Amino acid sequence: MAISEEQVRHVAMLARLGLTDEQISSLGHELNDILLQVEKISALDLADVEPTAHAVAVTNVARDDVVKPGLSREDALRNAPEQQDGAFLIPKFGG
Amino acid sequence: MTIDLSTLNVSRIRDGLSKREFTARELADAAFDRIDAVDAEVHSFNQVTRELAHAAAQRVDEMVCAGDPLPPLAGVPVAFKDNMNLVGTRTTCSSRILENYESVYDCTAVRRMLDAGALPVGKCNMDEFAFGSSTENSAFGPTRNPWDLERVPGGSSGGSAAAVAAGEAVLSLGSDTGGSIRQPGALTGTVAMKPTYGRVSRYGIVAFASSLDQIGPFSKTVEECAQTMNVICAHDDMDATSVDRPAEDFTAHLRDGVKGLRIGLVSDLLALEGCDPAVRERVVETAEALAKQGAEVGEVALPSTQYGLPAYYIIGPAEASSNLARFDGIRYGHRAEDAEDVMDLYLRSRAEGFGPESIRRIMLGTYALSAGYYDAYYGQAQKVRTLIIRDFERAFADFDVLLTPTSPTTAFKIGEKAADPVAMYLSDVYTIPVNLAGIPAVSVPCGHVDGLPVGLQIMGTHFAESTILRVAHAVEVATGFESIPPMVQRLGERRGAIVA
Repeated sequence: MAISEEQVRHVAMLARLGLTDEQISSLGHELNDILLQVEKISALDLADVEPTAHAVAVTNVARDDVVKPGLSREDALRNAPEQQDGAFLIPKFGG
Repeated sequence: MTIDLSTLNVSRIRDGLSKREFTARELADAAFDRIDAVDAEVHSFNQVTRELAHAAAQRVDEMVCAGDPLPPLAGVPVAFKDNMNLVGTRTTCSSRILENYESVYDCTAVRRMLDAGALPVGKCNMDEFAFGSSTENSAFGPTRNPWDLERVPGGSSGGSAAAVAAGEAVLSLGSDTGGSIRQPGALTGTVAMKPTYGRVSRYGIVAFASSLDQIGPFSKTVEECAQTMNVICAHDDMDATSVDRPAEDFTAHLRDGVKGLRIGLVSDLLALEGCDPAVRERVVETAEALAKQGAEVGEVALPSTQYGLPAYYIIGPAEASSNLARFDGIRYGHRAEDAEDVMDLYLRSRAEGFGPESIRRIMLGTYALSAGYYDAYYGQAQKVRTLIIRDFERAFADFDVLLTPTSPTTAFKIGEKAADPVAMYLSDVYTIPVNLAGIPAVSVPCGHVDGLPVGLQIMGTHFAESTILRVAHAVEVATGFESIPPMVQRLGERRGAIVA
């Protein structure tokens, strides 16, 4: 299941990575090398095996509904590249 | 008085403080003297936190003056991997994208160390976002192995490992997703533990693969590993995967010996082609030494672990690609200049901020999770995870602990595997199945090959940390490993005075 250059571009867009043509080309080779190793498991017949999401399962975890202090607005904005009026500032979006 | 941290341990520090042989301030300064002496070469640290350590030392010294009982890690210089939040520090994950990120809250495990009286000396270098096995994938340059400066310290917690090996800190914390504590532990001759998944809260660590990540300690000795575990293992309602169990004293059974314990050498993993025969020899010799002490040593196979590496290279990147989606140039982190619109901002901020290995893993994970491939890759990898868990369950029905090398080789040269991701991934072949199964494992030094440390991996079933530490202690006694690297020994000789 070799991955094509077109697929690499598609995945880069899904991942929101603006890559150069050079990066796209070398990533294609590298991903194919890695996926070749992964083929070992794609070929296994595991129809009857249940998947494991967490090896040590804990279920229905809920803490008491008690109000505790959270991050202050000042702290939440401390690392914002741009901010205005106590909010994160972003460029325009949409058409 | 000159204090040599390489010759001190947690108990000795506490004892010396209460007898007023030295102050916590002097202990902090001993760490900074060592950092000043070696870190230009070793580069364990991204940031040295003198003010924080001195403030913590002052609190400890005030307790000593007041005659208050000292907490378990009083005056112990400690270092933290740079993916752990601590207010007053930057938490960079050794990435350009977080280069200037200032922590606004504390990681629970870090906070527990500090509440126990430890002195925070700095934040340690790592592979960017913990993606790597050599600490070469750091945006701030590689860390070097104190045993041989031409070699890597392992990774991704290479800075945390090197800091303890070089005596820049007495203890450190790292994080382990596929071997990132144990493998650098093996390569630097330190004791390095990955606890059972859920033992230690993950709150405040920058997530890599949430179903695999676990925080754990580095130390010079097994006893100090147990002492640190006593401090960091606790339920935390800020982490939904944190397990709620009664507190355990991990030091209680250290000296019980191995008589009657059933110890399984994992024969198929030991026979792997990529394993250095000299490493294999050290591991087999150590098993024989344990048998002489009365352990029942046998052989066991874990056939499904051959699929561990490919399963990990789907699950790890898949979860990472999802976790790293938060770095968007809006709320924190690097932001591209003069973006035309939000999409342009995302695309350029992320491509500029992430290094090559991070981009590789995000791409691999995004691909594995994308429409049409999910079942073939991620779904299949999660089923392999079940097979590996079953293998371990079968093995632990017959054995109390299992042994493998921690790493197939000793420390490799800087640059040796940097250009070949697949070869680099192979250095975690022994450690990855442990994360997939969520079990605990410790790497303990078991000898040298050509002057470089070899690590033995001791694995136990869920929550069997006390048993694996007991075996690790027996290994430590049997091998009499010399844990101080030559460059540090020379430093001590040059300065003369050592407090022992």
